[in-house]
Amino acid sequence: MRPRQWLLALGTLLAGRVLRRRGGASGDAGAGGATGSDGEQVSGTPERRAENVVLVLLGIAILFAAGFVATYAAFSARHIPNELLGICLGMALVFIGGALTVVAKYLVVNEEIEEDYPSEHPEDQREIAQMVRESGGRFTRKRLLIAAGTATGAALGAAAITPVLSLGPIWYTQPLDRTPWRRGVRLVDVDGRPLAASAIEQESFYTAFPEGADPENIGSPIIVIRVDPANLRLPRARATWAPQGILAYSKICTHAGCAVALYRKPTFPVVEPEPEFVCPCHYSTFDPFTGGTVTYGPAGRPLPQLPLMIDASGDLRAAGNFSGRVGPSWWNVREPPV
Amino acid sequence: MTDPLLQPVRFIDERTAAAPAIKKLLRYPFPDHWSFLLGEIALYAFIVLIVTGVYLALFFDPSTAKTVYHGPYTPLDGASMSVAYKSVVDISFSHQAGLLMRQTHHWAADVFVAAIVMHLMRVFFTGAFRRPRELTWLVGLTILFTALLEGYLGYSLVDDLLSGMGLAIGYGVGLSIPIIGGPVMLALFGAPFPGAPEFWSRMYIAHVFIFPALLATLIGVHLALVAARHHTQFAESPRHSERRIVGLPMFPAQVPRSLALMFFVAGLLFLLGGLVQINPIWQWGPFEPWLGTNGAQPDWYLGWLIGALRLMPSFDVTIGHYTLIPNPFWGGVAFPMVVVGVLAAFPWVERRLTGDRRVHNVADRPRNAPNRTAFGVAFLSWVFLIFVFGAADRIYVLWDLSYNTQLTLFRVAIWVVPAALFLVVRQLSRNLRDADVIEGDREAAMHEAEQRERARVAQAGS
Repeated sequence: MRPRQWLLALGTLLAGRVLRRRGGASGDAGAGGATGSDGEQVSGTPERRAENVVLVLLGIAILFAAGFVATYAAFSARHIPNELLGICLGMALVFIGGALTVVAKYLVVNEEIEEDYPSEHPEDQREIAQMVRESGGRFTRKRLLIAAGTATGAALGAAAITPVLSLGPIWYTQPLDRTPWRRGVRLVDVDGRPLAASAIEQESFYTAFPEGADPENIGSPIIVIRVDPANLRLPRARATWAPQGILAYSKICTHAGCAVALYRKPTFPVVEPEPEFVCPCHYSTFDPFTGGTVTYGPAGRPLPQLPLMIDASGDLRAAGNFSGRVGPSWWNVREPPV
Repeated sequence: MTDPLLQPVRFIDERTAAAPAIKKLLRYPFPDHWSFLLGEIALYAFIVLIVTGVYLALFFDPSTAKTVYHGPYTPLDGASMSVAYKSVVDISFSHQAGLLMRQTHHWAADVFVAAIVMHLMRVFFTGAFRRPRELTWLVGLTILFTALLEGYLGYSLVDDLLSGMGLAIGYGVGLSIPIIGGPVMLALFGAPFPGAPEFWSRMYIAHVFIFPALLATLIGVHLALVAARHHTQFAESPRHSERRIVGLPMFPAQVPRSLALMFFVAGLLFLLGGLVQINPIWQWGPFEPWLGTNGAQPDWYLGWLIGALRLMPSFDVTIGHYTLIPNPFWGGVAFPMVVVGVLAAFPWVERRLTGDRRVHNVADRPRNAPNRTAFGVAFLSWVFLIFVFGAADRIYVLWDLSYNTQLTLFRVAIWVVPAALFLVVRQLSRNLRDADVIEGDREAAMHEAEQRERARVAQAGS
């Protein structure tokens, strides 16, 4: 029980110190405020009392600081109590602050001083302007030289910031439009296992990825759900995109790029009796039955839908790429008509 | 018999010729008012940030390489995560005092920004930004918004679930900037979200060097500008005037006061770091782009942006099928630009409106500038209500007020409440100011009557 012993020792020391100090102070007072022999501060005066308080506060600070070291030494990283460390270090600092407060209030001269606010220097201002004006006295074609200097600065500036282009594909924005999904790509779960159509149940929610692609690519993750095909109201062009009522949408919100991680019945006055996709960041809500249209929240365009098909062995595969661009909208994103 | 203190002083003066400057510095007058300590709190929180940040940098590894966790925090045992996230979990559980430093660092960041905002409000409502202190005001604003970015970078680096969601939103907001959004975000991230591995090095160097160095420089400039024209002061007595400053000298009176505040701030931050849990990243888990959680909230100082993003009605500005301005632009870019713009332009706008171009060293009481006070309160309430709406999902959980009801309510309230507050506060300020004037007149009249009475008695006696 080392920690408890440490604490006990700390407490005893602390109490002893405070009591001793108090005893000392009252003892001085009891001596009738005798003058020090060599003209020192009179004991029992406010200054002397303040000094005593400062000493006590610093003493307590020392104990807390020592307590921090002791706590650090007494525990392994696994069991070290963060609270005790915080109390020791924090209280050591607070008691030093307290000591300094006493110093500020009782032990230093607190006389206000008065002085003029700094003023302007009209004479110097004129002289500076004059100096600058005269410095250009030898130039005969001032404008031309200023223009040349500006042009040089601009050219050098351009040369200096050109390497910024190496940061990333600045002009080549196609990566923003690319996804790993093609016709025939198999859907796999987060562990890389193929997703069978029969495994997709209603009222549940599956995250899937393109087989063999980087799951972290923003174009990869999709949400897969199963609904009653009778309730589907997809655009006519997407009639074949949901075999057996199995639907897939990009999991990345078209508003600000968060994962659309909720599939629930809306908490606001019910527009749809069926669950919808909700992004937890800003509550953009998308209707899976109508092709991912926005029914609530700030998103400005629908969630891109991925056409699906079921292969001979019953696994889900993409039947093409998304209906629109994946991820947050940006300048130039084209939303094809549905 | 020479003064033993003279020797070191002479040593320094001989080598720097700085004795007059040092003497002046030691006698620099600090007007004594509690509200002048808010800026100092920010300064001391910044120092705590540097100290704890250096400690954290000794252990943090800014790498997105994948690793598998095996360590003392068993719920994450065997989980796949980035090296960055793992190193922060290790700071929290495997390095003695690491958690204390991490939590204190996080608390210090929250307090730093809070103190800056309070300080800004003090300066605004007392008119301390007026001529000749407009540059100090602008540098202060730059510090505030640099601090916001610095804080955002700091919690994004950890690569836990919440930081990843925050980063995704930042990416989405960046993309939404017309024309340059896509190229700039690709340049910063090096690749589409979640970005190239280099992106982590970029965030790291920005968080631990570029932004702190910038902040330290700006703070230095800010303090130098304050010292150059001296502090403002309140007209507490006839001695406090536009020409004469009254205050406690830096040495010896102000030094122990200020140091005491530093130790109190640092002590409080370490107590918070030890006793009050903040951002328990091991509970959030590692981030993957396909993961998200409900009820996520950023650090308080980004709440106003979340609120603005959530309040915005659903529309993208489009021509035909081409997007011109995506929705996040309004809440994530335009809104903060408006706030910065209004604050930055305010000294000049006010000067234009009031025609008051004089140098001001005496700070106003808020009631003595009814229009400014009313505008400040209205503007603040506008930003504050948007900030509150950022936590609407929490309010829903707390008070069962549906998100949709709140949305409707706030879309009206953010315009109506500031307008109402403007009128109310302006009237209140005017009344208080007039009451002061009446009180002053009454006192002057009584004083005069007393004088007359005394004169009469004296005359009668002679």
